[in-house]
Amino acid sequence: MTEARAVLLEARAVRKAYGARPALKGVDLAVHAGEFVALLGPNGAGKSTLFQLLTGLFDADAGELRVCGEDMRRTPVRALGRIGVVFQQMTLDLDLSVEANLVFHARLHGIGGAESRARIADVLARVGLAERRADRVRELSGGNRRKVELARALLHRPAVLLMDEATVGLDPASRRHLLDEVLALRAAGVGVLWATHLVDEAEAADRVLVLHRGELLAAGPPAGLTAAAQCASLSEAFLKLTGAPQAAERE
Amino acid sequence: MSPVHAWLALQAVASREIAKFVRQGGRLASALVRPLLWLVVFAAGFQNVFGVSIIPPYDTYIPYQTYIVPGLLGMVLLFNGMQSSLAMVYDREMGVMRLLLTAPLPRWYLLLCKLLAGTLLSVLQAYVFLAVAALFDVGVPWSGWLYALPVLVLAGMMLGALGLLLSVNIRQLENFAGTMNFVIFPMFFLSPALYPLWKLEESGATVIHFLATWNPFTHAVEAIRFALHGQVAVHSLAIVAGCLAVFFLLAAWGYDPQRGLLRRTGKPG
Repeated sequence: MTEARAVLLEARAVRKAYGARPALKGVDLAVHAGEFVALLGPNGAGKSTLFQLLTGLFDADAGELRVCGEDMRRTPVRALGRIGVVFQQMTLDLDLSVEANLVFHARLHGIGGAESRARIADVLARVGLAERRADRVRELSGGNRRKVELARALLHRPAVLLMDEATVGLDPASRRHLLDEVLALRAAGVGVLWATHLVDEAEAADRVLVLHRGELLAAGPPAGLTAAAQCASLSEAFLKLTGAPQAAERE
Repeated sequence: MSPVHAWLALQAVASREIAKFVRQGGRLASALVRPLLWLVVFAAGFQNVFGVSIIPPYDTYIPYQTYIVPGLLGMVLLFNGMQSSLAMVYDREMGVMRLLLTAPLPRWYLLLCKLLAGTLLSVLQAYVFLAVAALFDVGVPWSGWLYALPVLVLAGMMLGALGLLLSVNIRQLENFAGTMNFVIFPMFFLSPALYPLWKLEESGATVIHFLATWNPFTHAVEAIRFALHGQVAVHSLAIVAGCLAVFFLLAAWGYDPQRGLLRRTGKPG
């Protein structure tokens, strides 16, 4: 079903190494409009490296990355304009207010004046933080900070949203709330790539990509992956594929 | 990148830098205390030791305090330029740098925004220092305030670009102390900020004199000195402009993910 939708994010044979140590060994992936794709992998699998390449922070050693058809190497500015990102590490200015952080981002994306104010009001209402717009980010809880980051990532109305382990450090309720917020974006046609090492988050995805030691081991709907691995749950299938009992214990 | 987008991005970066500066109340005070200590304390003690002969742009004997004003203006610019480097490293550690680098703008333009915002703060602080110096009766000609503006901007940009370049390789805030020791102090002391360079030559310190003539800060100070007296130091201005171009291009190269030094500094994960 997803094949008929536009491809928003595409990686082809992407390779990246840090010195002699390979981090990505020829990764292929695609995210379609309105699709929620979970990139599931244990710590050190290469998820953050892939995100750094997808956001143009670093350049791939080989392969091709495209966002809405724009090549990340040749036309990075246009490609970046179509992406919204929530990084694993928080990227808010703690000493600025919620609103000031959003104004900063809006201006970087060429949005100013009344349009900026309207969009900020809209995204803050969406994540339930309209009342906290004047508060300094430092005064917010971890969950609310993540909501601000989500609001910021949506401010310029990206076609594709990248979430890099965005729920790290959040309590279960905040985690669920953030996940639900992002899942709801599918209806608006936003493609989402959600990197996580938590299997329960991946279970909500349309498709799951299992990344381990820089290689994509499997891809498909959660039920399909579970069935293909002849396991009772996605969690078991993930462990079988990656052979990571330590991760299972943590789950 | 449309002109409106470019202007909004500059506004974004500049207003954040200004907000940070206002928030850090002690920053202006420390930016002023440093040169004022030299002007009021050091110069008082050494004015009879360091006799300054009549050298261009001066056409008469001048008090030692007057001689060191251009150098102290340079000091304000130098420290603030290095502060830009510190701010870049801090932003990198806090993650804000990622936000900047993933904005849909050319990297060189983002760096230019940072540079212009830092220069604006540098020049403002330089003028505050000039005003405070005037209160201590160490003034410069009033016309010099105006003539010095473009030179202070150029010198501030050159030193800010040096800060940006240094920030490519400074990975942690802790390493900033090294910047102080290996960049700020040598640049300041190997310059005519506190004594004319002919004194180094006269005392036989030929190597130090040679290094000082190759120091970009030397030319920034001389360009400011001449501008304060309504004269143009063409040679020094050309060197400052050239250094600005080289430092900025190297910084832009360093922040380019396809070519620069950052390429080697990613982390697995």
